[in-house]
Amino acid sequence: MAPREDHPSGDSRFEMVDRTLKKFQYQQDALIEVLHTAQEAFGYLDKDLLIYVAQQLGLPHSWVFGVATFYHFFSLEPQGEHSCNVCMGTACYVKRAAEIVTGLRRHFGIEPGETTEDGQLSLATARCLGSCGLAPVVVIDGEVIGKEEPEETIHRLVKLLEGEPMEGDGETREEVTA
Amino acid sequence: MSLDNLQGVIDREKTRQDGFPCRVFCCASTPCLSSGATAVIEACKTAAGDKKTAKVDVVSTGCMGPCSRGPLICVQDSDGAETTYERVTPEQVPEILEGHLNGKPPLDHQIPESWPFFAKQKKVVLSNSGRIDPEKLEGYLVAGGYRALAHALSEMTPEEVCEEITASGLRGRGGAGYPAGLKWSLVQKAPGDRKYVVANGDEGDPGAYMDRTLMESDPHRVLEGMAIAAYAVGAEQGYVYVRGEYPIAARRLERAIKAAERRGLLGSRVLESGFSFRVDVRIGAGAFVCGEETALMASIMGRRGQPVPRPPYPAQSGFWGCPTLLNNVETFGNIAPIIENGAEWYASIGTETSKGTKLFALAGKVANTGLIEVPMGISLREVVFDIGGGIPNGATFKAAQTGGPSGGCIPAEHLDTSMDYDSLKTLGSIMGSGGLIVMDNHSCMVDVAKFFMEFCADESCGKCVPCRAGTVQMHRILDRMTCGSATRKDLDMLEQLCRMVGETSLCGLGQTAPNPVLSTLRYFRDEYESHISERDCPARVCEMSEEPVFTQLAESVAS
Repeated sequence: MAPREDHPSGDSRFEMVDRTLKKFQYQQDALIEVLHTAQEAFGYLDKDLLIYVAQQLGLPHSWVFGVATFYHFFSLEPQGEHSCNVCMGTACYVKRAAEIVTGLRRHFGIEPGETTEDGQLSLATARCLGSCGLAPVVVIDGEVIGKEEPEETIHRLVKLLEGEPMEGDGETREEVTA
Repeated sequence: MSLDNLQGVIDREKTRQDGFPCRVFCCASTPCLSSGATAVIEACKTAAGDKKTAKVDVVSTGCMGPCSRGPLICVQDSDGAETTYERVTPEQVPEILEGHLNGKPPLDHQIPESWPFFAKQKKVVLSNSGRIDPEKLEGYLVAGGYRALAHALSEMTPEEVCEEITASGLRGRGGAGYPAGLKWSLVQKAPGDRKYVVANGDEGDPGAYMDRTLMESDPHRVLEGMAIAAYAVGAEQGYVYVRGEYPIAARRLERAIKAAERRGLLGSRVLESGFSFRVDVRIGAGAFVCGEETALMASIMGRRGQPVPRPPYPAQSGFWGCPTLLNNVETFGNIAPIIENGAEWYASIGTETSKGTKLFALAGKVANTGLIEVPMGISLREVVFDIGGGIPNGATFKAAQTGGPSGGCIPAEHLDTSMDYDSLKTLGSIMGSGGLIVMDNHSCMVDVAKFFMEFCADESCGKCVPCRAGTVQMHRILDRMTCGSATRKDLDMLEQLCRMVGETSLCGLGQTAPNPVLSTLRYFRDEYESHISERDCPARVCEMSEEPVFTQLAESVAS
């Protein structure tokens, strides 16, 4: 899609945001929907982006910032090239998901919620991904992988970062970005 | 479109289905997909051959239940007999399908019908789950869908619908167990021109995925329940609030709404009656507190999901001050069967005070994990040892955790407890939304309590002080216990904080946050004691690497 010349920023990603704004007729109560779209388009919620949304909806900046920071789903920092999300729901926890997180923390030197310095990998933990039958569950780049072992996850990620395609157990693709 | 015109659609679909000597249902829910179901479905389609000449109807369905045994497929012969296969590989598919077409089904990977996992269940809410394609309205219609709505609209007054629900004894499935009929009547009688119906699908409890499965496997069931509720209370607008982590559920609901509107089953003038009902899907953004009704409504209105004091209850003043009926997704899943089969039939299932069936997400240290639907009043032992198949790896049962971070643990001595709202409450746990996590002797109860407290501290919205500060303090104490640096004073302080936070918090999150601690203290006090006095974790989970500050001080003074 060619950039829209008449948009102040000339950035085509704003079109997606504008479409959602229009769909909800610029109603203020659609704020969360608009933020969802914005995050989908940009990957994270930049300060300028929040200001743009606030102005379009006629809401105070503080209000939009307050909502964006309240919900775990919204990220105000750029995310890494690849993402790894470890489920820390109860079922995964009793099946030792914490060991996977510890392993990843030690190996990559980042805490959950952080991104490696080279911007390659973001590590996150989820509350529950609702795949408790497969506990412990890890989601790497949107692919749900069940019954994981700590070493396996590290191995997978190392290979992924080296540029090899994922050799997952299945082909589940979900837009889990939390 | 009236129901007669719909009948044409139903008949066409029925003839199409009957034209196949064999139908195969392939589970396409997340657990099965991640075990390789996509390849299995493809293999089924290839084996079925060209669309025009195919002898096999391949249906991608929602969840079948035993998630740990996926990929699952179920073959239905022309006489209606069903055979389920577990851990299917794409290579096996041609053999299975040919076997069925030739009347000689293979025995490999077959799940016997008498398997307790299936035999002990009773499917009311999930009756279509795993048997219809959730993305096709026709399948739901053939299975008897929207008949209950048509019946309610043509034969019953709104008051009669409320009375029917009251008579059925249905209680809210979100956790608290408030009688659904009573809530409906309150909203119905509340004055106001505009009313709203909201389905709570913000399933925040870690370890619970009943709502997700229902929304993904049978979205029309939820919508039909909502439409009946809207007719009963006089609402014209509804919302389904879906958790942000469930994009598939949201997408399927949106498609289902569009399909139903095209056929005149939702939207304006439903089934050519004077009743109109629009439904919108709202997607959450990851906040556990939004499961609380006032916080949920704030979130749908685009605000921070912070609860407000009740009363006024949403039934009197909810959305924009209008009366609002708020029920769990699973509650709405029960409505159509009640209207269709009558309150008496529904009330015959379950116990005296808890009627009907309940979905549980069975997970943790149990052989068969998955989603189950059992009649209320079944014993915990039957759920864990018959349906769940017992504890694997030679370990022993220690406790079952119900109700997530608001619930508690049920220890081995209470295995024969009946699973209903009141019995669980007496034991210091709650029914909750239906997460059931089994723990074996390798789980440390102090660590589990710490896990839930960390969850509550993190998810506290920060509005009221007892919850915001109290949960953090309790988590610190529990953390000290699991590190080995706690003292006896800490235990007293913990109990005191439990009381304070429970009694003074604003909303359910804070009021129930101490429950996991209180219930583990009640049944496993000895574990707390040994963490403190002996600095020893009996289950060998906690590292116990630190020492109490007093000991450190005493040592430094001595040296």
